[in-house]
Amino acid sequence: MDQPTQVKTIHMAEPILHLKNVHKRFGPVHALKGVELLIYPGEVHALIGENGAGKSTMMKVLSGAHQATEGDIKLEGQPYQPQNPNEGRRAGVAMIYQELNLAAHLTIEENITLGAEKSKFGFVESQSSKIKEALELLGLGNLSPNTKVGSLNIGTQQLIEIARAIVADAKIIIMDEPTSSLSREDTEKLFEVTKTLRDRGVALIYISHFLEEVKEISDRYTILRDGMTCGTGMLEDVTVPEIAEMLVGRSLDNMYPHVEHEIGETVMNVKGVKGIDFPKDASFELRKGEIMGVFGLVGAGRSEMLRCIFGLDPLVDGEVFIEGEAHHKGGITPKKSLKSGLDLCSEDRKTEGLAQSMSIAVNTTLSALSKESNKGFINLRKEKAIADEWAQKLQTKCHSTLDPMTTLSGGNQQKVAIARLMNHDSQILFFDEPTRGIDVGSKAEIYQLIQELAANGKSIVMVSSYLPELQGVCDTMGVMYRGVLSPVEPIKDWTKHKVMMFATTGQMT
Amino acid sequence: MKDNFKKQLNILLPFIGLIFVIIVVTVFILIKDSSKLNDFYSLFNLKLIMRQTVVVGIGALGMTLVIISGGIDLSVGSIVALGSVVCATVMTAMATGPVGPDGMLNMSEATVSTGGIAVALLASVGVCSLCGLMNGVVTAKFKMMPFIVTLGTMQIARGIAKIAGNDERVRTPDNGFQSFMDQYPDPEWLFFAPGVWVMIGLTIIVGLMLKFSVMGRYIYAIGSNEDTARLCGINVEKYKILIYTLCGVLTGVAACMDYSNLGSGNPVGNIGLELNIIAAVVIGGASLNGGEGSALGSLIGALIMAILVNAFTKLSIPQAYQEITIGAIIILAVGIDKLKHRKAA
Repeated sequence: MDQPTQVKTIHMAEPILHLKNVHKRFGPVHALKGVELLIYPGEVHALIGENGAGKSTMMKVLSGAHQATEGDIKLEGQPYQPQNPNEGRRAGVAMIYQELNLAAHLTIEENITLGAEKSKFGFVESQSSKIKEALELLGLGNLSPNTKVGSLNIGTQQLIEIARAIVADAKIIIMDEPTSSLSREDTEKLFEVTKTLRDRGVALIYISHFLEEVKEISDRYTILRDGMTCGTGMLEDVTVPEIAEMLVGRSLDNMYPHVEHEIGETVMNVKGVKGIDFPKDASFELRKGEIMGVFGLVGAGRSEMLRCIFGLDPLVDGEVFIEGEAHHKGGITPKKSLKSGLDLCSEDRKTEGLAQSMSIAVNTTLSALSKESNKGFINLRKEKAIADEWAQKLQTKCHSTLDPMTTLSGGNQQKVAIARLMNHDSQILFFDEPTRGIDVGSKAEIYQLIQELAANGKSIVMVSSYLPELQGVCDTMGVMYRGVLSPVEPIKDWTKHKVMMFATTGQMT
Repeated sequence: MKDNFKKQLNILLPFIGLIFVIIVVTVFILIKDSSKLNDFYSLFNLKLIMRQTVVVGIGALGMTLVIISGGIDLSVGSIVALGSVVCATVMTAMATGPVGPDGMLNMSEATVSTGGIAVALLASVGVCSLCGLMNGVVTAKFKMMPFIVTLGTMQIARGIAKIAGNDERVRTPDNGFQSFMDQYPDPEWLFFAPGVWVMIGLTIIVGLMLKFSVMGRYIYAIGSNEDTARLCGINVEKYKILIYTLCGVLTGVAACMDYSNLGSGNPVGNIGLELNIIAAVVIGGASLNGGEGSALGSLIGALIMAILVNAFTKLSIPQAYQEITIGAIIILAVGIDKLKHRKAA
């Protein structure tokens, strides 16, 4: 590898972007307290920080969505103070958000040129040659620019966003959690693209919670904590635990806390469950106090399996027994599942798991209103008291439980989603990607919570695309491949090789 | 402390809007024709405005439920027309009195008994509830857009009203219910027409239901995020049917009030009423995205519109200007709502 020469060129070049002592205040809230950031052309720079550390604010200042209160920003040696995102884009700073900003009904070309159409006599002029070039660079040469974006998968859509940045001649591309919704395969593709762009002299700012991933593709890093820069350097000089330590300001010697829990009798028996598309065939037995992991690549049908058993998606075939009772008889609805002691924590906090415009208190109690209601009427005081109690137990950071969900960070929102499950107090809990998009500190807290739930005799199924967390938390695990669940085996029997073998081929050996 | 203040402000916002409108109208009258001011501020006029609020106000209560749940009901104007025709038709059928030489009832001397009135009102509310039920079932069971479903119902209900009323007003014998919307109620201590009290009572009931009942909570939850509601074990389809049916019931009550006001059923009346009702709900602080709104707010929205119409009529300003002003107020109300949300975020 020519890594050392790379380093040299980086340090000899002039920085393309330099933030010096930048502050941002929102009224009394001091979000950025003098951050520093140095970006060189042709590097992948990882920006790491917990939720609320100030990453988003900093990126918004860079892209022009917010303006810095004080401080000095230089782009290619010139003062840079974009007043709006359009100015930022024109200066060559492109932002690729976690939630994609593409119009599904428009074509690739229309999306790429949106807002920057070239026109002749008011008619849109085709820029297809430039777009073709960009698509080829991204390994999408076989796609026609006239393809509707809605027909592409998420990974490809993300690449289209990058193509937009390339066509706009962006010098700096900021990617916010680009891989959080990508399959491993698409992630690999994205990494390739990142390297191609770097070699062309583009500076990439890469924001991610996945430290292993950051280490894999970035050259240098900057760590933010509490609105301040608390570390920067070459990634090859630090280990992942060292980064994690800088990140939270304390040593995280136990990312996966272990709480002693006993495994008892079978409480749930799933036989040959089949949904409309996915799952195709899933069988497992879940015992009291057991934490069972389900690994699989994105699109393997893991969420669909949980949703079928819980009743959110139709169950086409198969049997589900809860405590010996035939749960599948007469069809499954979420209402019926909740009554039988089965609950589900959705993978998508924003669009399904939580009613974002409603208060923390309402979200905590929504599925178990009977606890604070009397003859159909709700005791609002009791409801708040219940929500306050959970917020305290789970250490949810909020002003008041009467505030809407939108005021919370991802990790704290997830705690509210879990609080709802705990308040409802079902015996069997399905967690679908419980740590997606939340920071390292909150992740550790959620692992702790799941372990404690098992210690209290709950049975848990946890779906994740992140193998280390399943290995750290679960007692047993099954792997899914194209809708088929492997036999469930003790976690220690799953080697990484065996897991990947099944996840990619459906074969155990 | 600050949060508390914000909460209070949210509740007070429709009232502030109401006071603002009253002040603006007052200033406007002073400028245009100050001699009308005494007239505007008379008890007589207060009673009149309240009376003119009733149909839109009660209709808005039903619409509030639908809009909070994230839906819309465009059929209420036609349903009010249908309800008033049904009310008038049944009222006539229930009439008793001296029979004329041709063996027919002498309409000018006939009356309707209390029992007859009750049957007519129940029939009217019943037919309107059926329309609401239909909206709910089609929307919930076939997962169709409420905009389209209720647009269809709007045409269907209008057509049925025209058939039932033979395309013209359905006149009825005099009866006790016609005094329900009288400016000077009997007994006098009622002060407002009984219809006004019905509106106030229904506002309190719907308001309490929305704020404190489990059903109210579910209506907000469905509007805020239907998928979350489903995940939490709420039978979304059942509640949607219930919501549209309740909207039908309240629309039926509004139809009876409309009948009482006119003393007849009008199959071609109340065209565009649904838009006034939606406007009242939106002015009252509800969001067409669902998850927000209140009964009191919607009532105040209806009141604001009635005050404007009243003042414009007093100053003999052409209706075209009324329409422009109400249009501007709707946009202003939504604008204020947006601003409020930006502050919260």
